[in-house]
Amino acid sequence: MTDPRQSQAKSGISFTVNGEPREVRAYPMERLLDVLRHQLELTGAKEGCGEGECGSCAVLMDGALVNSCLVPVLQAEGASIVTIEGLAAGEQLHGLQEAFLECGGAQCGICTPGMILAACHLLNGKSDPTLEEIREGLSGNLCRCTGYSQILEAVQEAAQRRKSA
Amino acid sequence: MNSDHIIGKSVPRKEGRDKVTGKSEYVDDMVLPNMLFGATVRSQIPRGHIRKITFGPGVAWDEFVIVSAKDIPGKNCIALIGDDQPCLATDVVNHPEEPILLLAHPDRYLLPKAVQAVSIEYHPLPGVFSIEESERRTEIVWGKDNIFKTYMIEKGDVHGIWAKADYIVEGEYSTGAQEQLYIENNGMIAAFDAAQGITVWGSLQCPYYIHKALMALCNLPAEKVRVVQMETGGAFGGKEEYPSMIAAHAALLAIKAGRPVKIIYDRLEDMAATTKRHPSRTRHRTAVSRDGKILGGEIDFTIDGGAYLTLSPVVLSRGAIHAGGPYYWPSVRIRAQAVATNAPPHGAFRGFGAPQSLFAMERHMDHIAHTVGLSPIEIRRRNFLQPGQATTTEQVVREPIDLGKLLDRALQVSEYHSKKQRFSGENQSGDVRKGMGIAAFLHGAGFTGSGERYLNSVVGVEGCADGNVRVLVSSTEFGQGTKTVLSQIAAEALGLPYENVSTAQPDTLEVPNSGPTVASRTVMVVGKLVQSAALGIAQTLIASGQLHEGYSPDEFRTACQQHVATHGQFRCWSRYEAPSGIFWDDEKYRGEAYAAFAWAVYIAEVTVDLTTYSVSVDDFVALQEVGKVLHPVLARGQIIGGVAQGIGFSLYEKVIWQNGRMQNGQMTNYIMPTSSDLPPIRVFFEELGNVHGAYGAKGIGELPMDGPAPAIVNAVEDALGVRFDSVPLLPEDIMDGLNKSGLAASSPQNNASSVGGDR
Ligand code: FES
Ligand code: FES
Repeated sequence: MTDPRQSQAKSGISFTVNGEPREVRAYPMERLLDVLRHQLELTGAKEGCGEGECGSCAVLMDGALVNSCLVPVLQAEGASIVTIEGLAAGEQLHGLQEAFLECGGAQCGICTPGMILAACHLLNGKSDPTLEEIREGLSGNLCRCTGYSQILEAVQEAAQRRKSA
Repeated sequence: MNSDHIIGKSVPRKEGRDKVTGKSEYVDDMVLPNMLFGATVRSQIPRGHIRKITFGPGVAWDEFVIVSAKDIPGKNCIALIGDDQPCLATDVVNHPEEPILLLAHPDRYLLPKAVQAVSIEYHPLPGVFSIEESERRTEIVWGKDNIFKTYMIEKGDVHGIWAKADYIVEGEYSTGAQEQLYIENNGMIAAFDAAQGITVWGSLQCPYYIHKALMALCNLPAEKVRVVQMETGGAFGGKEEYPSMIAAHAALLAIKAGRPVKIIYDRLEDMAATTKRHPSRTRHRTAVSRDGKILGGEIDFTIDGGAYLTLSPVVLSRGAIHAGGPYYWPSVRIRAQAVATNAPPHGAFRGFGAPQSLFAMERHMDHIAHTVGLSPIEIRRRNFLQPGQATTTEQVVREPIDLGKLLDRALQVSEYHSKKQRFSGENQSGDVRKGMGIAAFLHGAGFTGSGERYLNSVVGVEGCADGNVRVLVSSTEFGQGTKTVLSQIAAEALGLPYENVSTAQPDTLEVPNSGPTVASRTVMVVGKLVQSAALGIAQTLIASGQLHEGYSPDEFRTACQQHVATHGQFRCWSRYEAPSGIFWDDEKYRGEAYAAFAWAVYIAEVTVDLTTYSVSVDDFVALQEVGKVLHPVLARGQIIGGVAQGIGFSLYEKVIWQNGRMQNGQMTNYIMPTSSDLPPIRVFFEELGNVHGAYGAKGIGELPMDGPAPAIVNAVEDALGVRFDSVPLLPEDIMDGLNKSGLAASSPQNNASSVGGDR
């Protein structure tokens, strides 16, 4: 972990997180991941590698899937960010969360927040993806527990239910 | 009682909701007031004397808490099987990345620079970096002879068999190190207070291993050491023993600082410094009759244990016991040894020695088949263990297992024969070659031999004030579904809805020692104890007249509430008792090695690309007999996940070593399978039922790691007609093999007719 303060002084950065406007004071080069976890106490995004390989820190930024360990917080100025904490509507789980639960898509759970957000991003772009498209769409998110099958099934299931809802 | 069975149903995972909403608390998510961050200064060389330590310029050292071995209140070791591994090196280092000093500071960003600024002068000593170098003993790096442990398993008279053999088949097989690569890196938080002692919270598998290690290290009595498991983001054995080291480090810093300290490894540190699967070498020499029956043989199994003893003796034991596979050996001599090298100690990883020796056995079976001129199917069929026969340790198979039937079903669901036929045509031309490979194997559940008796596990079940039930175990959840399945078992035993049962967070202050969460023992051994402790709760209520037989869940709730209101805390305990008639001789390594075996036949279908030399697995059938399946979704998830790790072990995951140090400690250069690398993994269960386990369940977690490597490499040989005897098998190895294949085609064991032919 390099020291982000070497560059510049702290400044105010405002963005929307899970629908709420937030303002933080941070060094411009601080990682969005650290700001979310340490300042906003949104610890759902996890650090698996710190180098953009595992996707466990993934969040949605203006609808795009980003690895928040690679995003300097300065880039998030004015953006709208969705983390795993913002997916459920109160007690009502998001369809993907429900499907992950039922299909066995979460084992140890550490990849799950990033995986669900990646799946969410995929389904936002394509409501009825093929199995191959799901495989491809989630290939930036590593899971060591599941061997992916039950994750893929969960995404298919969620897509199905959304279609028939 | 409730007539709806909970066993066998895919009930929702207990902690599932928190996991999908991001609420689960892993150790790095936890913050304590006044907390410092800790870091480790590690050895830069593989072996040598520490001469001098200098704290370089540019760092405000007075702001740092600095701990060296001198600050250790008790014994400078990580107590496990032996006490040879120091917590912090003092005058010698024995492997790269060995911990020497600890630093803590309130500002985590200042730590990396401070670690860099510590310079250590060494007097280097020559190191030992392979099994062969260790065996040569030119340098003695551990004990008197570089040998951590040896075992000898002997059955029948091996001497006499060679003269009777029609064929003598020899082979040497090897497997590489493999990183567990849980996605959550290792981490611990420790806090100290003179009155309460030391508390650690962390990512871990075995709370009582850490408890034992901290008592010795801090010189504290049992009640002044508390270990709490946080949600753990994958472990696979990788958080069995090394967390004791990190807990020890965090504890030492916390004691000296008088403030809580958090140590979280980053990926590079976790990969470079913590344990991996033991590299192995296995040599087979087998006497076989004309009709393909194994008459007997010798198996030499060697693992590289790294620099300290840690768990190597136990890994070696499991590997040795599994070395003969699921076959009947009229006579056999298995010699096993774990040797020392100057690499970080190798450790527990799913399968625990068995994937190594079974890779060898199942590759060797195909070689025997080629030599004798039988198909890989027929050679296995003729040698499968049958009920009533004895294993290599002379454990009589009592279960009505029919391996031939498992094989038939696996052949059928994989469409083995029709595919083989199709491939033999298609393989005549084009840029790809296709093949099918089989692996048949077994995996013993629970601790080996007398292990469970020594563990002497205890489990508690509590009837709570609100009338609900809580399971008290130190068995940990790290993805497998421990909390869910143990709750199912207690609910089933009590005839209560699943929702009325929960499990306590593993916290040594709260829960008894139900043993480590390893060796596929949780459901079979701990589950059985949960079942009987739960029954104890019902019996107590019935005996006291508060409840009658055939009660409803509501009646149970009322009775339980009343009982707590009158008598206070209401807990029942159950302690492990060895099943009767179990015999094990630790000296001769003979007897009932495991309370139960799971059995399996796996079949891989592969395509080898002749231009890129890459192998893709196109279909994978995993068929197993694991006793009763308690939770179909979780069980299937365990198998698929294990197979995926096995595919990584076979085709992707290579640790590149240089002088004992891992060179590719990042996810960019240590490659595990992604969602687009894996085939459909098709899982099939056969259920026999096992008298020992809870509701007939046997262990399941490790089994799927054993089969993929041999099935895949057998399939690659089937596709190419070229022999490969090591994993990982990377494209460069395939290229090498093919370049030599002119030679290979004329050798009898790599018979060209094996290309696509129905052997
Ligand atoms: S932590 Fe960001 S991609 Fe791995
Ligand atoms: S569920 Fe453990 S890494 Fe995916």
